[in-house]
Amino acid sequence: MTSSLIGSRVERKEDYRFLTGSGTYTSDVSLQGQLHAYFLRSPHAHARIRRIDTSKAKAAPGVVGVFTGADLPESVGGLPCGWLITDVNARPMKEPKHPLLAQGKVRYVGDHVALVVAETLSQAKDAAESIEVDYEVLPAVVDAARARKPDSPLVHDDAPENTCYVWALGDDSAVNKAFAQAAHVTRLEFINNRLVPNAIEPRAAVASYSRGDDSYTLYVANQNPHVERLLMSAFVLGLPEHRVRVISPDVGGGFGSKIFLYAEETVLTWASRELNRPIKWTAERVESFMSDAHGRDHVTVAELALDRDGRFLAMRVKTTANMGAYLSTFASCVPTILYATLLAGQYTTPAIYCEVTAVFTNTAPVDAYRGAGRPEATYVVERLVSTAAREMKLTDAEIRRRNFITQFPYQTPVALCYDTGNYDATLTAAMKLADVGGFEARRAEAATRGKLRGLGYATYIEACGLAPSNIAGALGARAGLYEAGEVRVHPTGKVTVFTGSHSHGQGHETTFAQVVADRLGIGVADVEVVHGDTGRVLFGMGTYGSRSIAVGGTAIMKALDKVIAKGRKIAAYLMETSEENVEFRDGKFTVGADKSKSFGEIALAAYVPHHYPLETLEPGLNELAFYDPTNFTFPAGSHICEVEIDPETGTTTVIDFTAVDDFGNVVNPMIVEGQVHGGLAQGIGQALMESCVYDRDSGQLVTASYMDYVMPRAHDLPSFRVAYEVTPCTHNPLGVKGCGEAGAIGAPAAVVNAVVDALSPLGVRDIEMPATPQRIWRAIRDANAGAPAQPVR
Amino acid sequence: MGLTVSAIVNGKPVTAEVDPRTLLSDLLREHLRLTGTHIGCDTSQCGACMIHLDGRAVKACSVLAVQAQGAEILTIEGVASANGELHPMQAAFKQHHGLQCGFCTPGMIMMALDIVKRHPDPSENDIRAGLAGNFCRCTGYHNIVNAVKAGAQAMKQ
Repeated sequence: MTSSLIGSRVERKEDYRFLTGSGTYTSDVSLQGQLHAYFLRSPHAHARIRRIDTSKAKAAPGVVGVFTGADLPESVGGLPCGWLITDVNARPMKEPKHPLLAQGKVRYVGDHVALVVAETLSQAKDAAESIEVDYEVLPAVVDAARARKPDSPLVHDDAPENTCYVWALGDDSAVNKAFAQAAHVTRLEFINNRLVPNAIEPRAAVASYSRGDDSYTLYVANQNPHVERLLMSAFVLGLPEHRVRVISPDVGGGFGSKIFLYAEETVLTWASRELNRPIKWTAERVESFMSDAHGRDHVTVAELALDRDGRFLAMRVKTTANMGAYLSTFASCVPTILYATLLAGQYTTPAIYCEVTAVFTNTAPVDAYRGAGRPEATYVVERLVSTAAREMKLTDAEIRRRNFITQFPYQTPVALCYDTGNYDATLTAAMKLADVGGFEARRAEAATRGKLRGLGYATYIEACGLAPSNIAGALGARAGLYEAGEVRVHPTGKVTVFTGSHSHGQGHETTFAQVVADRLGIGVADVEVVHGDTGRVLFGMGTYGSRSIAVGGTAIMKALDKVIAKGRKIAAYLMETSEENVEFRDGKFTVGADKSKSFGEIALAAYVPHHYPLETLEPGLNELAFYDPTNFTFPAGSHICEVEIDPETGTTTVIDFTAVDDFGNVVNPMIVEGQVHGGLAQGIGQALMESCVYDRDSGQLVTASYMDYVMPRAHDLPSFRVAYEVTPCTHNPLGVKGCGEAGAIGAPAAVVNAVVDALSPLGVRDIEMPATPQRIWRAIRDANAGAPAQPVR
Repeated sequence: MGLTVSAIVNGKPVTAEVDPRTLLSDLLREHLRLTGTHIGCDTSQCGACMIHLDGRAVKACSVLAVQAQGAEILTIEGVASANGELHPMQAAFKQHHGLQCGFCTPGMIMMALDIVKRHPDPSENDIRAGLAGNFCRCTGYHNIVNAVKAGAQAMKQ
């Protein structure tokens, strides 16, 4: 990686349209003759629908169609789940039907009851108000911890004890043995707080049916349009896939929440054929809160066994994961495959056992949100490690260094094989950058002002680059997770790249162009990257799990190899030599010292072949490649957070946040730093501010607006200190690992460890996320009253 | 039922007939097709719809279209020069990677221009406090703060 484009801070090609207001997001799309949709949603967490009367709505001004669950034909299926988890007794998980519009029952506040379509949005909304629904309100359960209690109401009749599955990973007996011999055991109970992803662009869709050629076009704010089309065509609506085009144009953030196939765009697509008109729907923010897939929501008991030197012997973790009312597209794999497998962290813990119980509740479906399982795992591991350090009077750095994995490849006891890393290097660099040496002086200075300072560490690992398809398949994935990349060289030597990855803020149009330009020796401006359109891109599995550069980028690299291989053949013919004598470098096909053809000349020859080996070689220069990774990638890093707490108010200020990450090779450091910053903001948000709350009795969503759900604003955050260490990934040609989720994975544990460090002189041992001023103030009050032993709830 | 609103939008006189309940954000997006003004929430919390109304930054979702009668409005579409060259603040956002998905960006630019009007040489605190009404979920604000700082300097030249 010596060339100038890889590793350079190229300004983004996509920025101009965003900066001038000329981006095209789904809700900016307006089609000729389009109607507007409004969804009537359940006001109850759990209710039987006795009767729905839509007659007034149907007669209301401007209304073109009103549909309820009863109007959908038998042939329309429910929303599918893409990952089958097999439980501890080798039985498949419970998969209750996930109807597009409620059938007989509503199961969470915001569940879809009816679709109203009218000439204007106001007319659709007004008409929805006149729909009469006779609900028999039923008791609801919203807490994961209460879902399996005998007196809890059943969300689905076909899921006894509200249980989707009980699943386990690891060697239970080895763990028990190690615990029996431990010199020290650290035990913690956690709630990993439920979060709402909250991309600033609300979900939206415009569905259009063309009767003339029996085809569908769906614009949708989505992270993987091909998956959306496949699921919708093959599993739900039974549409002819070749006549369905899904376009995800500019998408205003996703963070996981736009991976999934949702009811809204699916019903809209169906209804556009029924009404033979385009239909547009844009979520109001309150709808996003109610019906976007949420994240996290775990209840966990975790124990770490150590020898007397602070070396880890074993870890035992029991987690209850809230699935919400229905299984969303990838819900089942998040608290299992993406969680338990990460519990080794950066450490040589020889025995690990994790049991996960997934439960249904009367809440919105829960699925992947930035990090998806890995922040939860990191929180478990890093809170245990820092707590154990305090209990055993070791420093945060020392206990970690005593347990770091130093030999690679490393096979963990929880199924993963790390290819490479240097955990001591990231920790050492982070400690330097965070000026850990000066911390005690800063703590003392803060104390003179009556403030409590704390320093918190988190050293995380993540598994990215989903996924080696054979491994994913063995773990229950119902599809392989390949990626496709196509490189189309135009006769002038300009290039269009078609990628199955999708960019919704990550800057692929620039990063991928850098990769291509670097390999072909052309300018970044000569490469256009096309994504997000099933009508233009052959196939793709989309963007999630920090997979785009590692999997999508590698597919493009493979296509580039084919382009260059063909180019060499053409060049050899033109220069009257054999292919082996042709070298490609710096944008030129060269033979010996004096003969060469530029990339552009070869491109022209490929398309306008008056002098060309037509008998042996087809004209054209357009190559497609698929890539299936051979292993996950393992980004890792060290995060250090410094906080200051005002004991009078319980307010925490994040003074400094340092992240030193190892993402392997970095294509565009400017973009990667931006990804880290954004992840950190979301992780700090989870630790200190964000919490999605359902009322325990009524099941009402209490935090349904930006006034109730607290997200970080500019003045809540510091400027970040970000740096890299590099150990290139060993199994992809770019040596890249992925960077999109790292911040959100490491930050929550680092922040809470810092808060606990600040409060520990008072005897506080744990605090629940989010560590709000109220929780901290109460922890301090309880500690002063001499009752500090309880975790603060 | 229709009311007529006339205003100057990005230097051009416009007239539209609207429902009385129409918000200014809807007038801009739906009637004038200026879709750079984005809607991110229903409660005036996110700032994606920030525009300038008679020289002041306001959230277009919290103003009725009819309240803009006779007003001078600047939206993101009117910030760059007529030949398409970016305004120094826009250029600073590009140079400092002050945007990712781009959805909050128009609101951020409009607010940044307002901050610079009040603080020609803004400190980090001025900027962070000034952006308090604008959510960004992508950048963690770090690069937005750097961009506004740099944009303010560039605007002096």
